[in-house]
Amino acid sequence: MTAVQKISKYVLVFLKYLSLVFFSIVAVLPLVSVLITAFKTDTEYQQTNVMTLPESWLNFSNFTQAFVKANMGRAFVNSTIILICTLAASVLIGTQLAYVLNRFKFPGNSLIRNLFLFASLLPGVAMQVSVYEIMWKLHFINTLPGYIVLMCGTDVISIYIYIQFFENIDFSLDESAIMDGASYFTIFYKILLPLLKPAIVTSCILKGVGTYNEYYMAHLYLQDQKRLGTVATSLYTFVGPLGSKYNLICAGVIISLLPALIVFITCQKQIYSGLTAGSVKG
Amino acid sequence: MTATTRSAKPAGRTFGQWLKSRDGQKVLVMIAFMIIPLALLFTFTYLPFAEMFGFSFYDMKYIGTRKFVGMKNYIKVFQRDDCFGALKLSLYYMAGSVVQLVLALYLATILSFKVKGGSIFKGFMFFPFLVNGIAIGFIFKFFYTRGFVFDTVLQWCGFQLDNLPYWLRDKRINNISLVATSVWRYFGQNMVLFIGAIMSVDSELYEAAMLDGANKFQQFKYIIMPSIKTIITLNVILSITGSLSAFEPPYVITDGANGTGTYFVVMNEIAHTQQKVGLASAMAIVLLLIIFAATILQKLFFKYVFKNAEDEDLNAAAKRDKKLAKLAARKAGR
Repeated sequence: MTAVQKISKYVLVFLKYLSLVFFSIVAVLPLVSVLITAFKTDTEYQQTNVMTLPESWLNFSNFTQAFVKANMGRAFVNSTIILICTLAASVLIGTQLAYVLNRFKFPGNSLIRNLFLFASLLPGVAMQVSVYEIMWKLHFINTLPGYIVLMCGTDVISIYIYIQFFENIDFSLDESAIMDGASYFTIFYKILLPLLKPAIVTSCILKGVGTYNEYYMAHLYLQDQKRLGTVATSLYTFVGPLGSKYNLICAGVIISLLPALIVFITCQKQIYSGLTAGSVKG
Repeated sequence: MTATTRSAKPAGRTFGQWLKSRDGQKVLVMIAFMIIPLALLFTFTYLPFAEMFGFSFYDMKYIGTRKFVGMKNYIKVFQRDDCFGALKLSLYYMAGSVVQLVLALYLATILSFKVKGGSIFKGFMFFPFLVNGIAIGFIFKFFYTRGFVFDTVLQWCGFQLDNLPYWLRDKRINNISLVATSVWRYFGQNMVLFIGAIMSVDSELYEAAMLDGANKFQQFKYIIMPSIKTIITLNVILSITGSLSAFEPPYVITDGANGTGTYFVVMNEIAHTQQKVGLASAMAIVLLLIIFAATILQKLFFKYVFKNAEDEDLNAAAKRDKKLAKLAARKAGR
């Protein structure tokens, strides 16, 4: 290697790391500034620049205050109930549908697939104009069960993840079970469902993050915020009179981010692979 | 398993017997497994879709009397400046998504090769995708406030505060500020998708290319690009339709004030605050039609482009095959 080649190689490596570091900073800077501010006392917040580090990293008073003011205890309970019910129901519904669509050939099979695919193209915000009317008629507004039923509805990505997974499970497995006289229900619950576990984990993480972060529909259909607020909508408490107490708001924001952060750190790989799997076909 | 599923009830068997047979079981399981998802799909997607179409011809609120007005709502959509005119803002979001895609592709290419601390960089850049919308609203209201985070950082870089605009109020810049938050949120996610696609490329291709002395740029152009064409196409289509239906950044950060109200923000306001459900429905239908038209046009466009490219690519593919063959020969000769 000549000297010129060597130098240009070092320059390239330097540029590579420079851009990685730069964009990583861009990504975390807004979050770091929020974290810094969350630890500041009221006087500190008013007197120092936002980017000055707080005097004490152990000042948790903003966090406790935000937690109480935004009624976040209740919100975490609600979000947990919604998460568990939605995930359980949509796993069951999704895997069953994928099973039928993948294993049985029948007229209308591809029509059903296309109906789901087309549904995913409709922008959610636009649909809520009339979904709201239907939720009203069903008396689903301001009830947790109603909201949960709505959230179980259209979820094309996980159906596709399941169908893809079914495609890789050998058909001879079903056939030998049929020979042994097992019913289709037994085949599905006893043989196939356990094999689907990785796909279920992947889609649960994706759907879970989406459900936890959902605020538009939650705000629309769970209007009684004191009783039915979720973690995301509990942050609405800080709109209005509290709107300029950013040290408090930042603490609230950080609390709402913690569950997502924990899931991200523990399940990074599944999140990445889930996104990739969902995008290829979707 | 045979493909005959709609087996009619054979003569000489009772319904009960048929139900117990394989075919009967099959139909039973199909009904049991599909009825709930299809009911949900119908109730929360296709029924509202049909209703919305109906609403668009009425002057109505969610509760109360309805008055048939024919095409008046549609005429209003095109006449009112805050409705159809709001689609101009989509251009900002389209430009933003181009930046986002290019950036994501660049970073994905870097991260697909050996990089120290690669997964940490990846994690940092991806995490914004997991932040909930309301939090994003607060984070960026805070970030862009006069003299706060963004201004401070720019002052560190030598800018004077007096020369800096009000990021969310100044009409010349506020839409760009909002688009930037959207890029911030999604570039890491796009990057992860691209990394996934690049990783699925056969690594022998890179080895072959390296042995032939191809540089990084050539590797990118001839090996990476062709193999992730599909996912890029998909993302371009998604980002254009996404730009037309841009909603979240203005909704959570500025609430559509100071000329940042995109089409959907205006529609949301008309539907849920003013309760002019008919007009909002007409707006939704108009935009849906535009989105479908855009999607179909793009699909046709990409089909046309790639068809031409494919013809050219035959040469490239042949070259690639030759390279692989050469590599195999070299390995065998060793």
